[in-house]
Amino acid sequence: MCRVYLAGLAILFVASTADAQERPYFVTYDHYLEEPGALELAFNPLFGSVSGGNDFVAGSIEVEYGATAWWTTELYLDGQHTENDSTLFAGFRWENRFRPLELEHAINPILYVEYEDVNGANKVLSAVVGHDVASDFAEPNSESRHEVERELELKLILSSSAKGWNLSENLIAVKNLAGEPWEFGYALGVSRPLALAASPERCSFCLENFVAGLEMYGGLGDTEQFGLANTSQYLAPLIAWNLPSAVTLKFSPGWGLNDDSLPFLLRFSVSYEFSSLGGR
Amino acid sequence: MRSDAAVIAVTVLVLASSSAMALKKQESKIYAQMGHVPEEARARANPLEANPDAALAGRKLYERHCAECHGATAENGRKGPSLRAPEVQTASAGALFWVITNGSVRAGMPVWSRLPEPQRWQITTYLKSLGAAAGQEGQSK
Repeated sequence: MCRVYLAGLAILFVASTADAQERPYFVTYDHYLEEPGALELAFNPLFGSVSGGNDFVAGSIEVEYGATAWWTTELYLDGQHTENDSTLFAGFRWENRFRPLELEHAINPILYVEYEDVNGANKVLSAVVGHDVASDFAEPNSESRHEVERELELKLILSSSAKGWNLSENLIAVKNLAGEPWEFGYALGVSRPLALAASPERCSFCLENFVAGLEMYGGLGDTEQFGLANTSQYLAPLIAWNLPSAVTLKFSPGWGLNDDSLPFLLRFSVSYEFSSLGGR
Repeated sequence: MRSDAAVIAVTVLVLASSSAMALKKQESKIYAQMGHVPEEARARANPLEANPDAALAGRKLYERHCAECHGATAENGRKGPSLRAPEVQTASAGALFWVITNGSVRAGMPVWSRLPEPQRWQITTYLKSLGAAAGQEGQSK
């Protein structure tokens, strides 16, 4: 135990901090990858209200690493607590994002591949696909935790930046490796810093450190029933605060847009970025 | 025991020299990116050139986003090449802006279009001011 503690301290000593310039979105991805050699640690809690069921708090611990300027890899550990029920570990996800094109274009594609080994009690809502609906969240943990979901999630991320605005579109396809049909979903995001030019002073509260935006995401059915019927849809404004101390804070309330959606979601995120391990 | 130490020493030397060679190769690739700047981008004028605050803001942004790789003084960076080198200082503001925007992804430099356009011009202004400062120092000597 003492060795683990000392190793942790050693990592903190040799790692230098970097400016956190994280994507402002919670669900949508833009085309910006982690800087090569940078390691980001994040905690992403989510509160969800369930009409006719128990409210819950879910969360993921995220470790993101910039392997190269064109490849970012991330590991997530998910968990949740449901009111009047239990607290449990809900599985892990390993995600990789690849940038196929070298230069910036009007629309920049990123290829996303994720392997998930989660259980049916996972409530982090990292993506909404297929016929994921509010009634899924009413199932007791004692039952849902026994559902094993080993899935491959593929995304085509398209993202554009112009005049300070970012517009990102994600097309999502998920395949449960147990042989279930492909499920589909989407996420759209638009964001802009509150000031485009930086002020000459060093400051935490300058407008350039804040990014405001809006995202919309939801399911698109599956190969057997494609479309919006029996799907959940969400709309969520967001704000991100990139502090000069390598910390990023994000906040987003979200609302379900139809009866199959959870009525209200509240997301937070706090992340800290180490520019490189073994730095000067 | 002595032979083990010799093997370790040789391995360390080989690794150190190969990483130094890799860094050198990476530097030349990033400088080479200057040669790939389209003529139209090269000819773009810096809209903040006359703004007295631009270099100050650019310095702040440089320290925040660029210094980790290129070094606090823009030379002898651990991962990125010197930005006081002639390849950079003789380049037009438009060319620098283009390289900041597009990076040199295969050589390890990320794209920086995530920074709004005015902030990329502010960094460009700061980088060009380094050459001007060096020129003034040279003249005073």
